[in-house]
Amino acid sequence: MAVDRSSHLKRLEDESIHIMREVVAEFSNPVMLYSIGKDSTVMLHLARKAFYPSKPPFPFMHIDSLWEFREMGEFRDNLAKTLGLNIIVEYSEEGKKANINPFDHGSNYYTNVMRTEPLKAALTKYGFDAAFGGGRRDEEKSRAKERVFSFRTASHGWDPKNQRPELWHIYNGRVAKGESIRVFPLSNWTELDVWQYIMIENIDLVSLYLAKPRPVVERDGTLIMVDDDRMKLEPGEVPEEKMVRFRTLGCYPLTGAVESNATSVQDVVTEMLIAKTSERQGRVIDHDEAGSMEKKKREGYF
Amino acid sequence: MQQAAVSENLTPEAISAYLESQEKKSFLRFITCGSVDDGKSTLIGRLLFETKLIFEDQLAAIERDSKKHGTTGEDIDLALLVDGLEAERQQGITIDVAYRFFTTDKRKFIVADTPGHEQYTRNMATGASTADLAVLLVDARHGIQIQTKRHAFLVSLLGIRHVVLAVNKIDLVDFDKLRFNQIRDEFEQFGRSFDFDTLEAIPISARYGDNVVARSDRTPWYQGPALLEHLENIEVQSDLEQRPFRMTVQWVNRPNLDFRGFSGTIASGKLHPGDPVVVAGSGREATVSRIVTMDGDLPEGRASEAVTVVLDREIDVSRGDILVPPSHRPEVTDQFAAHIVWMAEEEMFPGRPYLLKIGTKTVTAQVTEIKHRIDVNTFDHLAAKSLGLNEVGFCNVSLSAEIAFDPYEANRETGAFILIDRLTNATVGAGMVWFALRRATNIHWQALDVSKNSRAALKGQKPAVLWFTGLSGSGKSTIANLVEKRLHAQGRHTYILDGDNVRHGLNRDLGFTDADRVENIRRVSETAKLFADAGMIVLVSFISPFRAERRMARDMMEDGEFLEVYIDTPIDVCRQRDPKGLYAKADAGELKNFTGVDSPYEAPEIAEIAIDTTTGEPEAHAERIVEMLQEKGIVS
Ligand SMILES: Nc1nc2c(ncn2[C@@H]2O[C@H](COP(=O)(O)OP(=O)(O)O)[C@@H](O)[C@H]2O)c(=O)[nH]1
Repeated sequence: MAVDRSSHLKRLEDESIHIMREVVAEFSNPVMLYSIGKDSTVMLHLARKAFYPSKPPFPFMHIDSLWEFREMGEFRDNLAKTLGLNIIVEYSEEGKKANINPFDHGSNYYTNVMRTEPLKAALTKYGFDAAFGGGRRDEEKSRAKERVFSFRTASHGWDPKNQRPELWHIYNGRVAKGESIRVFPLSNWTELDVWQYIMIENIDLVSLYLAKPRPVVERDGTLIMVDDDRMKLEPGEVPEEKMVRFRTLGCYPLTGAVESNATSVQDVVTEMLIAKTSERQGRVIDHDEAGSMEKKKREGYF
Repeated sequence: MQQAAVSENLTPEAISAYLESQEKKSFLRFITCGSVDDGKSTLIGRLLFETKLIFEDQLAAIERDSKKHGTTGEDIDLALLVDGLEAERQQGITIDVAYRFFTTDKRKFIVADTPGHEQYTRNMATGASTADLAVLLVDARHGIQIQTKRHAFLVSLLGIRHVVLAVNKIDLVDFDKLRFNQIRDEFEQFGRSFDFDTLEAIPISARYGDNVVARSDRTPWYQGPALLEHLENIEVQSDLEQRPFRMTVQWVNRPNLDFRGFSGTIASGKLHPGDPVVVAGSGREATVSRIVTMDGDLPEGRASEAVTVVLDREIDVSRGDILVPPSHRPEVTDQFAAHIVWMAEEEMFPGRPYLLKIGTKTVTAQVTEIKHRIDVNTFDHLAAKSLGLNEVGFCNVSLSAEIAFDPYEANRETGAFILIDRLTNATVGAGMVWFALRRATNIHWQALDVSKNSRAALKGQKPAVLWFTGLSGSGKSTIANLVEKRLHAQGRHTYILDGDNVRHGLNRDLGFTDADRVENIRRVSETAKLFADAGMIVLVSFISPFRAERRMARDMMEDGEFLEVYIDTPIDVCRQRDPKGLYAKADAGELKNFTGVDSPYEAPEIAEIAIDTTTGEPEAHAERIVEMLQEKGIVS
């Protein structure tokens, strides 16, 4: 099934495709960051549409924090196989050796070592001059002003003062040697748009997005799933089976579950329409301090 | 409230029906403009709040923030929902374009939130470029301000046809009908000249919600729609589909030898298999055989759809080309008149080369003339030699290659362009094309049989332009003279263009303002180019303080022909030498715009050779330059 041709979802789809084609035409070595989450899965789906009947003319890349939900890796490998896509997987060697983990090292340091740094290193290693990301402007206040083409210095830094105005649908893709851009083709999508699109286009997702009884413990008001035996339980904590699903995915120790009975995408959309909490609440890293997203961005997290 | 239609215990049928209706929502992009404190952020916050796009956790965060930064005392400050980056939050003003989203059962909305401060014309133009409607805010206590007029002008310049005048803080004028009518009448009066398709004035209180989502009992005299009601119902779906077909080619889709398609977004009109199309410009013609998408071939492609078009025969089509119907072709030109909004700190001068991107095509361009600058507050037309940040000009533009366009008024997609700085790659200007300029004269470049190379070969040399730059008194003329003497002694054909001499003749109408300096250099570069074409080695001795102009001169010549010689003498040494007594005069304030004193000198970043005159004799320096010419094979 395809989206209705006069609907807002079709306009969003057309816009995302237009953006992807511009990048492919103007950059010599683009890559699509693929996190296995719903946004990047939608982005991947759009990339297939944008270049059909060609395959997307760029590789995909997953920065594996080594603390992802187990199911995510299986899903990724399976997807690469069925669609015949090249998905590069990168992780931090040093982080692995030093056993950097979200329990002992704090979410800030951990995220930096296991996500931000390996991402920068991989971009440099392959010489990618454009990286597609699944970020949306509705996710967080500091993202409302993010450009579709977001410029990065040679050291992958983001200078909020030095971003180019974007007018009409004309994108300025010129960069000096060593500089690069992050591209956000889903800029104008909202969480609800993404879910409605997944439902109509029948896009396959990791089943973690749907409710199922899972072993969880409650920490600081957040439900954390005990996904493998690396999870250290605090005194008194006993994993409990609860009917839960996830609204965002990432490292399991940093991703909060919500209690839910939504066992199909349609159920999820229905729940969304009566939702009372925004999706980022499930991401532990945002609670650190006001403006934290903006700081992470300056450091190259996106 | 709009989303409360679904409650937790609905039947599956009701849910399906509801979901289906949610998938067919239409789309409206609008922009909000207002001066600082008119209540723009509060209004947007209210719209998000009322349409339940603010979740409980966000609300808790704002409550916390309200205590820290808020301006509403104990109430929640809705404006904090939308004020963005940390830095500006602390300054308490909004300084960039932010995009917000909300949705009702009928429509999805994207709001471009732009600040009203004078220097932010650039942000307004950015936000307006993709909007179909503008909400102009005024404070009911202050009425129409200069800024309101500026906003209306810019909104109309960027092609927005629908305007709402939101008369905010109506609570602070006791919901006074007369006050509202007075403001509305004044706006309609001057708004007439812009010829908007619709203009709706609505009395609102963003803070208390009156007439924002629902009509308020506190304004019983007001019969019109509430703001959201108006936004949900207004028909802006412009006649894009009725206009002639246009598709800009983004990418040639070639997965294998059996398939060749042209991927792009349909800018306007409709397309069917069997339709004839031509490539604007080249005029090559073909018939559409398929309109391909991953969801299957389409029997009809429509405006704003991203498609891949397959033609019935192999014709030359590449990125940047526009496919059009043979019966309705766009104009094709290398010179046009356009409105330009300048967006960079560094001024725009006629004659400076920029990159121009229109659709998916990029060419080199220069403004040949600023017909006038427009004062955005009074709409007066003023004479101008340059455009500064946030200024708007009506300009003649000349391009390095022909492009196809429609007037912006007729088609926003094919009539808009951006200008890009060639050194920094920044987007420095935005333009809207009005009409093509016919060539003033019909001079075609004559392809002459005797070539530049044959002329130079006869003289036993390669043509070159040695460009001496440096402060007044740095030693440019002295060293250039010595170089010429040596070359002459070797039997080379040379010519010197000296700044002071040229100013007595060719350029005697030019002064020393930045604009005149640019024109000065342009003429000298063109002259040097003619001499080089004659096969000569040209020595240009000009202060030429700006990098951009030296780069312009460099770009005019062939690769390897332009050699920048930087005479690197510190200002203190030049001042001490002061051979013509000019520094003394400038220091005394008798000479204005003197380079190094009250006008900048930008040292070269890419000079072929730099000469330090604080050590060594002029003869030795000249010898080094001649050696360089030998190394580069200019002379043997
Ligand atoms: N009484 C009243 N105050 C308002 C109204 N709208 C905004 N304000 C107040 O006006 C001030 C400026 O509002 P803000 O939204 O920050 O203005 P902006 O600079 O245009 O974004 C704040 O103190 C608001 O609470 C209104 O309709 N009535």
